[in-house]
Amino acid sequence: MKTLFEQSIPCRQGVCAGLTSARATDFLPAGLVRSSRARLPELGELDVVRHFTRLSRRNYGVDGNFYPLGSCTMKYNPKFTEQVAALPGFTRLHPLMAQLRGAGHHTQGALEVMYHMEQLLCEITGMAGYTLHPMAGAHGELTGAMIIAAYHKAKGNKKTKVICPDSAHGTNPASAALAGFEVVSIESRDGMVDPEALRAALTDDVAAVMMTCPNTLGLFERNLPEIVEMIHAADALLYYDGANLNAIMGKMRVGDAGFDVVHLNLHKTFATPHGGGGPGSGPVGVCDKLVPFLPVSRVKKLDDNRFVLDYDHPQSIGYMAPFYGNFGVVLKAYAYILRLGREGLVRATENAVLAANYMRKRLEGVLEIPHDRICMHEFVASAVGEALNGVRALDIAKALLDKGYHAPTIYFPLIVKECLMFEPTETESKDTLDAFVDDLIEIVRRAGTDPASVQAAPVTLPVTRLDETRAAREMVLTDDCNCG
Amino acid sequence: MPYVPHTEEQTRAMLATIGVASMDELFADIPKHLRPRSFNLPAGLSEMEVLARMERLAAKNRTDMVSFLGAGFYDHHIPAAVDALAGRGEFYTAYTPYQPEASQGTLQAIFEYQTAMCRLLDMDVANASVYDGGSALFEAMMMGVRATKRTRLVVSQTLSPIYRIMLDSYTSNLNLELVTVPHKNGATDMAGMMDAVDHATAAVVVQNPDFFGNVGDYAELFDHARAVKAVGVMAVYPLMQAVLKTPGAMGADIAVAEGQSLGQPLSFGGPYLGVMACTSKMVRQMPGRIVGRTVDTKGRTGYVLTLQAREQHIRRQKATSNICSNQALCALRALVHVSLLGPGGLEQTALRCMELAHYALERLTVIPGVSRLGDAPFCNEFAVRLPVPAPQVVDQLTERGFVPGFPLGRYYPGLENCLLVACTEKHTREDIGVMAEMLGGLLR
Repeated sequence: MKTLFEQSIPCRQGVCAGLTSARATDFLPAGLVRSSRARLPELGELDVVRHFTRLSRRNYGVDGNFYPLGSCTMKYNPKFTEQVAALPGFTRLHPLMAQLRGAGHHTQGALEVMYHMEQLLCEITGMAGYTLHPMAGAHGELTGAMIIAAYHKAKGNKKTKVICPDSAHGTNPASAALAGFEVVSIESRDGMVDPEALRAALTDDVAAVMMTCPNTLGLFERNLPEIVEMIHAADALLYYDGANLNAIMGKMRVGDAGFDVVHLNLHKTFATPHGGGGPGSGPVGVCDKLVPFLPVSRVKKLDDNRFVLDYDHPQSIGYMAPFYGNFGVVLKAYAYILRLGREGLVRATENAVLAANYMRKRLEGVLEIPHDRICMHEFVASAVGEALNGVRALDIAKALLDKGYHAPTIYFPLIVKECLMFEPTETESKDTLDAFVDDLIEIVRRAGTDPASVQAAPVTLPVTRLDETRAAREMVLTDDCNCG
Repeated sequence: MPYVPHTEEQTRAMLATIGVASMDELFADIPKHLRPRSFNLPAGLSEMEVLARMERLAAKNRTDMVSFLGAGFYDHHIPAAVDALAGRGEFYTAYTPYQPEASQGTLQAIFEYQTAMCRLLDMDVANASVYDGGSALFEAMMMGVRATKRTRLVVSQTLSPIYRIMLDSYTSNLNLELVTVPHKNGATDMAGMMDAVDHATAAVVVQNPDFFGNVGDYAELFDHARAVKAVGVMAVYPLMQAVLKTPGAMGADIAVAEGQSLGQPLSFGGPYLGVMACTSKMVRQMPGRIVGRTVDTKGRTGYVLTLQAREQHIRRQKATSNICSNQALCALRALVHVSLLGPGGLEQTALRCMELAHYALERLTVIPGVSRLGDAPFCNEFAVRLPVPAPQVVDQLTERGFVPGFPLGRYYPGLENCLLVACTEKHTREDIGVMAEMLGGLLR
């Protein structure tokens, strides 16, 4: 499909927002003015509308396709939350309005949303305080790691290391490194953090352990109480990667279980669309003793029920975002939580776990399930075995695309061979799950009789398999091909 | 049951297939003593009830005022087609394009966005976006640190104070030295900047137009940076790039921007769009996602995420950064926005903003006691000195439905009487006239 730039016709003009006969040199010396026009597309409005409508048809989204992408929690996003986020009372609000003296009262609605959202997240996770500022999950990890660093520094502790189990999300070690820590990796055993390996790594200079629980195998860490005790005994803090909180909502609160810091991914657990890669939102919750280190500003409720921004926190790690986080995303998650309420959140968790276990059970004997026990919101399968005739996880993924499904996550976690990670979520019907499993069974059966046909997939999409090696080697990164 | 589709009978059948008697058995791995001590959340509401509540909250925010607040974040018109196209479910409800064959829409859009940003900024390579302008600046500085293996970072005090505070936080654990060169009467101290950039400098950072709205030429500074092997970083206001000399033309190695002015609503601070572009020699230092063009098995053009070896899922703690998601939907909005306006529409919009701002300066400076801070060229934003503290004026005018601007004293000691005033194409000459008359009346 032609790019916008290839469709451009010189001197065609689209929308114009502000008519004027002025020229740049009326206001600026010639030396500060651009020497030639930017070569942006010159198209009519209908050209643009058609182009992006066509592009959208070359995409899979939850609205059109089952998306069992493990660890990404691709559930249905209710449509009314879009109406909420599009209210002009929110979209037209300048962030600095709240910072003008005496004008905080012109932003009371927005401040109330943030204040109440923090309270709700505290209750959901059992933490003492929250910040909504982190703009994505990994940004929340960085914020959490910086809070941990600030806490130890304030206590006069010399702690330079953070432990990340190999079953943790790959962003955990990257975030810890960016907060200035040396990262220590430990190997898991039987799909769990190995308490002995942890004990050995837990030296005096360890600031924190970052846990993903349920871990990337979809399994709950059975040794959790022992691990928590061990970490606190070493005067280290315990971080919970809550990207996939829909595995435990209402069944365990990470604060009650002894975790000190947690980040959530609002765009996963609380059903806000992810737009092809973002924006997200990654609020961070902390236990009592870490509250003074949260980023500023914080929202405070005064005795007369007014809300104000509070910057008076001398131990704060400072600004993580220019303002108050991705407020538009927070709004959608807030509306979603209000809609579901207490029962709805518990029900979401129960049904997410129900769907994952149902699918796991139905896939028994079809693919190998390396840890075949009750899983949480997701599980992994392994595409190994002679019956598959050399058909790999990648081939199965591509064959699923042909059948109109987005593929599961593949080759992650790295600790399982030919890994396929499924997360059906609570919003998919039994009929969808059954149809998906039936189609998967058909693909596996075809691997036995005609493996080449599976290896040739996809054949029904706009493109067949793409040459990723060539993309990395030749590096054509813009339409001008001048970047290699 | 909202958003859970099973009938009771289906639920029973699923539990039976799994081989458990109840939902609760599915959670047997969570020990009893770890179960929640409380879960006191409000009961669920209907869609109608939530909407009504959110409408009430939205109405508590005043967005009907005539506002001259800018300071890096501007209320520009967003064509209706931006919402309509970016709101299409196939874009909106997609995830990161991990399966490229089923995500050509997202991938081609990012490729086109990369191209558009490179052309707007005159750079070779752009990434698929980062969170916002501030995190883009931090990532640009870290590119400089990695490329030079040096630790000294020089920034002008005319760089947005909001971003400077972010940079302070982000660098606090990293053994980096952040040197700030003070402004001179609201403008970049060019001689001071030249002096501060030396053989120990990793990166030098300037903003154009700067926080005070002033436009400058940083070519000489970037020449000097190149001579001492430091990296030159420039932050820009992308809409104004339609008319301003580009970072590329000035010799910057990295250009970053807050992309909010391209099709993103103000939305009380986010989501916004961190634009990052650089010269081709720095591409491997670039954080975040990048889309590349390639071919399929039949030789047809297609797009994939590329250069992933720099990223966290492969390099873990040795990755170029911890950034995993991008602002794909915001980048799409920016791309649709610039496509609808085209170079001509962008230029017209920028010029209209400039025309109104210059008119506003004229109207304000005829008021006795009001004068411009400095005399550098500017686009759509400028600072004026008032005979009284600026917050006082802001308070009084805001009560009457006009927000005259942002008081600079909040971030710049010594400038307590100064007000930063921004215009966009949404203002009218009448708005400006009324604001000027009210201000004149107050100061009389």
